[in-house]
Amino acid sequence: MALLSIKNLKAKINETEILHGINLEINPGETHAIMGPNGSGKSTLASVLAGKPGYEVTDGEVLFNGKNLLEMPPEVRAREGMFLAFQYPVEIPGVSNTNLIKSAVNEIRKYRNLEPLDAFDFISMIKEKAAMVEIEQSFLNRSVNEGFSGGEKKRNEVFQMAMLDPVLAVLDETDSGLDIDALRIVANGVNKLRRNDNAFLVITHYQRLLNYIVPDYVHVLYKGRIVKSGGKELALELEEKGYDWIKD
Amino acid sequence: MEENNNILDNIAESEYKYGFVSNIEQELAPKGLNEDVIRFISAKKNEPSFLLEWRLRAFRHWQKMKEPNWAKVKYPPIDYQDIHYYAAPKNFNKYKSLDEVDPEILRTYEKLGIPLEEQKRLAGVAVDAVLDSVSVATTFKEKLNELGIIFCPISEAVHTHPELVEKYLGSVVPYTDNYFAALNSAVFSDGSFVYVPKGVRCPMELSTYFRINASSTGQFERTLIIADEGSYVSYLEGCTAPMRDENQLHAAVVELIAHKNAEIKYSTVQNWYPGDKEGKGGIYNFVTKRGLCEGENSKISWTQVETGSAITWKYPSCVLKGDNSVGEFYSVALTNNFQQADTGTKMIHLGKNTKSRIVSKGISAGRSDNSYRGLVKISKKADGARNFSQCDSLLLGDKCGAHTFPYIEVANQTAIVEHEATTSKISEDIIFYLNQRGISTEDAVALIVHGYAKEVLNNLPMEFAVEAKKLLSVSLEGSVG
Repeated sequence: MALLSIKNLKAKINETEILHGINLEINPGETHAIMGPNGSGKSTLASVLAGKPGYEVTDGEVLFNGKNLLEMPPEVRAREGMFLAFQYPVEIPGVSNTNLIKSAVNEIRKYRNLEPLDAFDFISMIKEKAAMVEIEQSFLNRSVNEGFSGGEKKRNEVFQMAMLDPVLAVLDETDSGLDIDALRIVANGVNKLRRNDNAFLVITHYQRLLNYIVPDYVHVLYKGRIVKSGGKELALELEEKGYDWIKD
Repeated sequence: MEENNNILDNIAESEYKYGFVSNIEQELAPKGLNEDVIRFISAKKNEPSFLLEWRLRAFRHWQKMKEPNWAKVKYPPIDYQDIHYYAAPKNFNKYKSLDEVDPEILRTYEKLGIPLEEQKRLAGVAVDAVLDSVSVATTFKEKLNELGIIFCPISEAVHTHPELVEKYLGSVVPYTDNYFAALNSAVFSDGSFVYVPKGVRCPMELSTYFRINASSTGQFERTLIIADEGSYVSYLEGCTAPMRDENQLHAAVVELIAHKNAEIKYSTVQNWYPGDKEGKGGIYNFVTKRGLCEGENSKISWTQVETGSAITWKYPSCVLKGDNSVGEFYSVALTNNFQQADTGTKMIHLGKNTKSRIVSKGISAGRSDNSYRGLVKISKKADGARNFSQCDSLLLGDKCGAHTFPYIEVANQTAIVEHEATTSKISEDIIFYLNQRGISTEDAVALIVHGYAKEVLNNLPMEFAVEAKKLLSVSLEGSVG
């Protein structure tokens, strides 16, 4: 059974239809990349999957682990194992990174009928995952994303992803605003999380990220539809030719 | 809290059996306020003449005063002649079992984690378990007696320690201070009296919960706490459970006196009925709280968590008279629906090297209005005085208001006064971000609010802090999303 199965998904925001019927299947162990020019609906797809308020699904179906994803409130989607790495992570004054991640980990454990993580296990887990994305301990005591640089925010997203160990991670333009070093750190973090029982959906405008996170499949999203799918070589072709040849 | 104690009080009082009740038969003073009513109240309590005279002077002064209108709150005019100023304590047992109590109230109790027996007591259900509380309170009282600490209703202290009451009552908040303080002085019903003798460190938190033999005092409460040289006391006022009261107008006065090297810590959790979601009903809470750091090196610390009342008008203050004395004010004021709060503090620096610290955290939700109003005054002689103020506002939604009115008066060149302020908003984006991490909207708001209010909550005694945290979450329920 596919981990994620999207059929004829249509969605609108403020009465404007953005997604005009998306079809996509993702199996465990796979990494899919979605590319496309600005305004093609890439971030809308990520938002609809995560259940962001303001987006209205008008048609189609999304099954996640065989369950109807669209009926779940955002927090239940997360507890079911869906993670969205945000393009623009918000700042949350007064709430420390540690506090946020502790609440999140324990909410998800509760949903799966597990006891809250004890303090000792939690700390050793935090240390391990923080090292993976080269995050310092002091960083964890700071308020979530407050005063973080663009690179720090993105690393924090991948750190949270590592802590929550999702079944499906959606990365929404995680490469935007990153210099080459930060990009490598973020990509390495993601690669370490890839297993044959989870999957990744990497949304990006540029091929560059896909040199580091090598996808199994590449899809081109244009004007709210997937107009072309292929292997990783499709990304290189797009890099070379641009998006214009797709548009015709 | 006072209302809650009625069962306990009734039992306790039946033992003490009103040692000084006069033979006046009436249980309720007629509506309205005049000298006869004041004489009636005083006679009911069999008060010494100094107190009656003081009440009358306060009343005469009050008649010449005008109700203040500078606060950023709106309410219809109060008809002071349409209020009963004295009512005998009523039996609080309104119900036979919890089944008869409003399920909405029970649901709130549950969320606050109040044990079942306690729920019964709060809701006014007759219970035997209260007898246990009385015995606990008695043990507690014996221990205080051994140390020479006086902790009793002020109506009792008037008889047992008239010299202390006469010396200190009105010494920090004179009846001339303001309209509501004058009214309170004229008609106050009851309240707490605490005296901690020289060098004694009170070994437990004093709370109204354990104050037995107190009658219903909710409306015009009067509290007087004196910490003699080198002593320490921590006093807790209030209760996290939602409190209803038939009296809409509340005007309390609290006076604290800290002598040389003494420290008073005063913590409040206020959760009076705020009115319904449309803004109907609710308590008007006009409170005057002031502490005098009388002696050198004395310290007074106010910590308050204010979530209740339709209107809150309250500025717990410190007069730093003794050299090197310290005043602190930590406040979380939360308003939701149609609540209005105008609250803050005054730090009056008179002595040398006096220090004050103000941490105010306002949280507004719904259509509420939340104002911080604070005065830092450094007098001419206060060499080396220091103040640090931090005033933060947090907004939930876009129909509420947050306002900050800091007043700073400095008459001494050596003073250092710092003021920091921030305003932030819990946006939908933040909530969605937390939702996406598996955290429900309710828990997300709680996480943000607890983080925001942490510095203040950390100043509450631990058990109180845990309750206060829950209270903040419950008070904000349904305010987002």
